Amino acid sequence: MGKIFAFHGGIHPPENKKQSTRSPIRPAPVPAQLTVPLQQHIGAPAKPCVQPGHHVLKGQVIALAQGKISTSVHAPSSGTVIEIAPKPVPHVSGLSAPCIVIETDGKDTWIDHTGLPDYTQLKQNELIDYIRHHGISGMGGAGFPTDIKLHLGDDHIVNTLVINAAECEPYITADDMLLRERAEQVIGGIEIINYLLRPSHILIGIEDNKSHAIRVLEEAVRGSSLNIDIVVVPTKYPSGGEKQLIKLLTGVEVPSGKIPADVGIVCQNVGTAAAIHQAVTQGIPLISRIVTVTGDAVRKPQNLEALIGTPFKTLLTAADLQENKLSRLVMGGPMMGFTIEDDQIPVIKTSNCIIAATLDEMPPAPPALACIRCGLCEQVCPAELLPQQLHWFAKSRELEKAKHHNLFDCIECGACSYVCPSNIPLVQYYRYAKNEIREEEAEQRKAEQARQRFEARQARLEQEKVDKENRRRERAEQAAKAQKAKQAAPASESTPKATAPGDELKKLKTAAAIARTKLKKAQTALEKAKAEGMNDLSELTEQHQLAEKAANEAQQAFEQAEKSAATAAPSGPDLKQLKTQAAVARTKLKKAQQALKNAEEKGQDGIESLRTTVQELEAKAAVAQQAFDDAEQSNEASHTSPGENPKLNGLKEDAEKAKATLDKAEKALAAAIESGSPAAEKMKAGVEKLSAKYQAAQSAYEAEAKSTTPTTVPAKKEEAQLDAKTLKQNVSIMRTKLRKAEKALGEADAGSDTAVELKAEIDRLTSLHNEAKLALEAVEAKQQADAAKQGIDLKQLKVDAAMARAAVTKAERAIKKQQETEPEAELTSLKESLVAAQNHAEQLNKTLSQFE
Amino acid sequence: MSAVLIAILVLLGLAVVFGLILGYAAVQFKVEGNPIVDQIDDILPQTQCGQCGYPGCRPYAEAISNGDAINKCPPGGQSTIDALADLLDVEAVPLDSEHGEEQIKKIAYIREDECIGCTKCIQACPVDAIVGAAKQMHTVITSECTGCDLCVEPCPVDCIDMLPIPTTLNTWKWEQPVPGVALIATDSGRGSEQRGAA
Repeated sequence: MGKIFAFHGGIHPPENKKQSTRSPIRPAPVPAQLTVPLQQHIGAPAKPCVQPGHHVLKGQVIALAQGKISTSVHAPSSGTVIEIAPKPVPHVSGLSAPCIVIETDGKDTWIDHTGLPDYTQLKQNELIDYIRHHGISGMGGAGFPTDIKLHLGDDHIVNTLVINAAECEPYITADDMLLRERAEQVIGGIEIINYLLRPSHILIGIEDNKSHAIRVLEEAVRGSSLNIDIVVVPTKYPSGGEKQLIKLLTGVEVPSGKIPADVGIVCQNVGTAAAIHQAVTQGIPLISRIVTVTGDAVRKPQNLEALIGTPFKTLLTAADLQENKLSRLVMGGPMMGFTIEDDQIPVIKTSNCIIAATLDEMPPAPPALACIRCGLCEQVCPAELLPQQLHWFAKSRELEKAKHHNLFDCIECGACSYVCPSNIPLVQYYRYAKNEIREEEAEQRKAEQARQRFEARQARLEQEKVDKENRRRERAEQAAKAQKAKQAAPASESTPKATAPGDELKKLKTAAAIARTKLKKAQTALEKAKAEGMNDLSELTEQHQLAEKAANEAQQAFEQAEKSAATAAPSGPDLKQLKTQAAVARTKLKKAQQALKNAEEKGQDGIESLRTTVQELEAKAAVAQQAFDDAEQSNEASHTSPGENPKLNGLKEDAEKAKATLDKAEKALAAAIESGSPAAEKMKAGVEKLSAKYQAAQSAYEAEAKSTTPTTVPAKKEEAQLDAKTLKQNVSIMRTKLRKAEKALGEADAGSDTAVELKAEIDRLTSLHNEAKLALEAVEAKQQADAAKQGIDLKQLKVDAAMARAAVTKAERAIKKQQETEPEAELTSLKESLVAAQNHAEQLNKTLSQFE
Repeated sequence: MSAVLIAILVLLGLAVVFGLILGYAAVQFKVEGNPIVDQIDDILPQTQCGQCGYPGCRPYAEAISNGDAINKCPPGGQSTIDALADLLDVEAVPLDSEHGEEQIKKIAYIREDECIGCTKCIQACPVDAIVGAAKQMHTVITSECTGCDLCVEPCPVDCIDMLPIPTTLNTWKWEQPVPGVALIATDSGRGSEQRGAA
């Protein structure tokens, strides 16, 4: 026998255990209906895997474990699932929770089940999974899924296994009777747990008031190969508390906020050990448990082996309840249990005791008096807390301070309330404070999450804004660039710049331009030098020639590329490009001519070269113009189909441009003639050509315009829609005006001049409003009729109908509000609007139903 | 004379040394932003509902740090006001009813068969707790909803309900015990009355 340590505090309430140990464990009758809650333990509720109407066999899985902390639920008897619905469950709150209701068929037919022939053949993980799927959860009090505790060996060094047989709470004898009758099962279960956790020693803690059970247990231990110590501890409440029992048996104190496994100890209840044994050796899942039915209101207090889901009523009847004597029905012990109101509440895996108490046995708590600071609560507290301080903090909601005084180490044993001479419900205060703190923490977590989401959203919106701004700026820059380029290009013709020349083309062009600039520079340098009569002319001339060569090469390359591009894709944009080219060529020509003229006037040298350039350019311009004309013609030929608005527009543009060019050319011609330049002749020819082109363009446009006039007809419909929209807007504007006027009227004194005026105004507005509305309705009706003819999409109608309905509810709400604040006044107008809204909604609904 | 000079020089030297240390610390350990704003923001419930008149909880936290009243947050209720009063060392005042009243916690539910898919509520939600797309049914992620109410108004078909969060076994909590303390004779009547009600 091991050494016994002691824990602080504790009380000695009347035991009341003798009554229920007189008769052996009897099986409880199978009720007509079993109500099996999906959540019978801490953690996530199981997920049902049967449907109402399914026939289930005893031991069949009816709900599967989901999540880490969860266990499966099995059918306690054979029968039919009739319902999966919320039913009252054993909980302090008296709330309902989802349950599977099974109507038993009375046959109690088992599903095929066999245990494991040799569990040591299985890997530890597999065996733990097996136990999890047999629905084993702690049968002591909290009902923690057992498989979690059995996994503790994975990440903790477990050196001690403590088996809890203390059963310290008064009245309860379920574990006592289990040990008396089935000690070998308990020892078998301990062997399995030993295999899983491999502790270095095993201790069974049992209170010294269970002498019979101790004797049987010692007998059973002798037959076991394991070295099991039975430690008999003095009877004191709450020695059965996990941490208290560990202190008693090992002298080790589990630190605050830690679990026993952190100090190398795992604690299991004897009932759990027996259940594990049954599951492993016989394949029987946890579908029944031993329940102590006791109290002065039952004639035959005893222990019953009840199926999970059996209503308490069945057990009480089996124990011969005297209804007239019953004052309180308590589930659990008198210290930590709770009163239940409904005797249809089912037995669950943690129900160890039902007390049917008489009024004498458990009188209602006397009214609480003021705390006299006697300090008794501190003396009995097994967790060594300061109950008095905690009480003050909980009462004044100083939760932070309560937390600092280790409120969460309170095991809610009720010893302090038991000894309190002022009858203060201390435990209730602690439970309340714990709840509040937990809730506050949960709220804080949620707030933190909300803040993160809010900030993420803000950041996203901000980013979107920045992106949008960037895109806008980019577009603006591009536009500005285009504008600049356009301005930079001589404005001899208003043709738009080539929109999308190939990159290659662009490069070539730039190269050509650079070469030209170089050439020009060289030329000016040469001229300057010549004018100044300098000596190193030869060098400069050389440079000039080189530059000229390079420029010519670049220009040639560019032209070639351009030509190939033009032949490759003689479509819309190319036309434009060609046009641009022609224009550029012409401009160059003009410039060259100008330069020539200047040169001639000044009688400078280099005239010859200029002249050749001009001629070259002329040739080039003619070629470009030719190419453009060709392309245009072919384009026109390919797009003769009528009714193409863009084409019409293009033609119009063309004509206008041609006109502008013509004008300019004419002007230039006039200037040329005046100055008597030799290019005048050529210019004249050009002008003639241009005017011909203009005329052609104009006639083409006119012809096109004529052919496309019918295409404007569909636009009319749009106009109609637009009309409806403007009408709608009008109506809403009218309405707003009306409202405002009404409001003004309300504010103005009744009977005064302004009021009369306002009234007149309102009347006028109302009539206007009505008119507008009528017009709108007419248009809308027409639209609807049109839509009906064409089969408008149902969705739009549905949406309209829903909106109308919403308008009705909104109007109704407004009326209600109005009625609340000031009856009589202004109700009529609101009611009118309600009626109108209702009519509208009805109409829409009707239309909708027609389609549906 | 030299003693006085030494004293002055020593003090001057000390002043220079400490000045350098302080200057270094001011640069090196500079606190970004106003830390009190963060603390206030931590206390606020983060519903982002705007009932205080500011566009979100952080702007209100900033306003409080600049001297605005602490009683403009209906979702936080009295407990938030108390916490703020505690933090800022000011008098705790009752909630300003101008900004709304403290209500039980609610979250939004969309009646999904009535939703027309207008996305207006999605744009209104400050915590992105509504999922959906144009012309598609929307729904609320209940675990993310803060119950701020902002989605109800924009809905053109009124299909959003604010419903109280149902109590389950996991969210149920104990009530505060009714203090039955009878200190003086007139207390006893009140005590029994309260017990009767409870």
